Amino acid sequence: MQHVDGNAIAGPLAEFFAFDITTAVARCNGCGFVAELARAMVYTSPAGSVLRCASCEQVLATLVESDDRAWFGFSGVSAIEVRRR
Amino acid sequence: MSFITRGFSGRSHERDERLPPGQTLVHDFPVLSAGPTPEIDTAEWEFSITTETGGVHSWNWQQFMALPIDEVDTDIHCVTHWSKLGTSWRGISLDTLFENVETQYDYVMAHSYGGYTTNLALDDLLDGKAWIAFEFDGEPLDPEHGGPARLLVPHLYFWKSAKWVRGLVMMGEDEPGFWEQNGYHLHGDPWKEERYW
Repeated sequence: MQHVDGNAIAGPLAEFFAFDITTAVARCNGCGFVAELARAMVYTSPAGSVLRCASCEQVLATLVESDDRAWFGFSGVSAIEVRRR
Repeated sequence: MSFITRGFSGRSHERDERLPPGQTLVHDFPVLSAGPTPEIDTAEWEFSITTETGGVHSWNWQQFMALPIDEVDTDIHCVTHWSKLGTSWRGISLDTLFENVETQYDYVMAHSYGGYTTNLALDDLLDGKAWIAFEFDGEPLDPEHGGPARLLVPHLYFWKSAKWVRGLVMMGEDEPGFWEQNGYHLHGDPWKEERYW
């Protein structure tokens, strides 16, 4: 099976990421709780924001921002679900 | 007298040489957390060092407090651009804790109550450079600042000084901890501004 480089998913992902991420549904890797990210518990500090599972408090995702870059980590989420319409 | 000297020399506009680049002096002690503050009773507290052979060196609070205590006066630097000068701590040197630990590994993952982790090179913990601190400014370390005990590695950005530390696990390779997986630098030297990847 041949593979192509990551540019091949630019089109589908452009559609995928053009949404309000807080409406996305995520499954917690820790306890299996499935919920919209808007329902997660968010701990904010100047170092970054940490989203924790509303059920078990495990870290779902992180957001770190510098002046010129941002990092969005999904360490506690296996996949996110987005409504297409 | 002093204000005249300062006026003529322009010293008030000079940068304090103790401040690393990009840092601003603060006099309060900001609290940064990635989650809820764990409440750990010293009766249940334990600290351990785990080596590559699976050997575990552990101390309960009573055993820990019986070790030689260091007084530490140091500046601290947070990656969020604040520095605090001349802070005073009491703690146990990592040199003391590693005295009977045999390891060939060069890296350490610090683990905290609450799940936080941060990676460090063993070289950054030994030779009088790091402590497990239990007192700040003459008072027992407040839970929101990492009490009952936190790692204190003041020559690195303060996210490396893990609050609520409960153990160190030796590692053969340098692997990223919590913030290091999510954008922050593996090492974190404030004098080199090692803030992010």
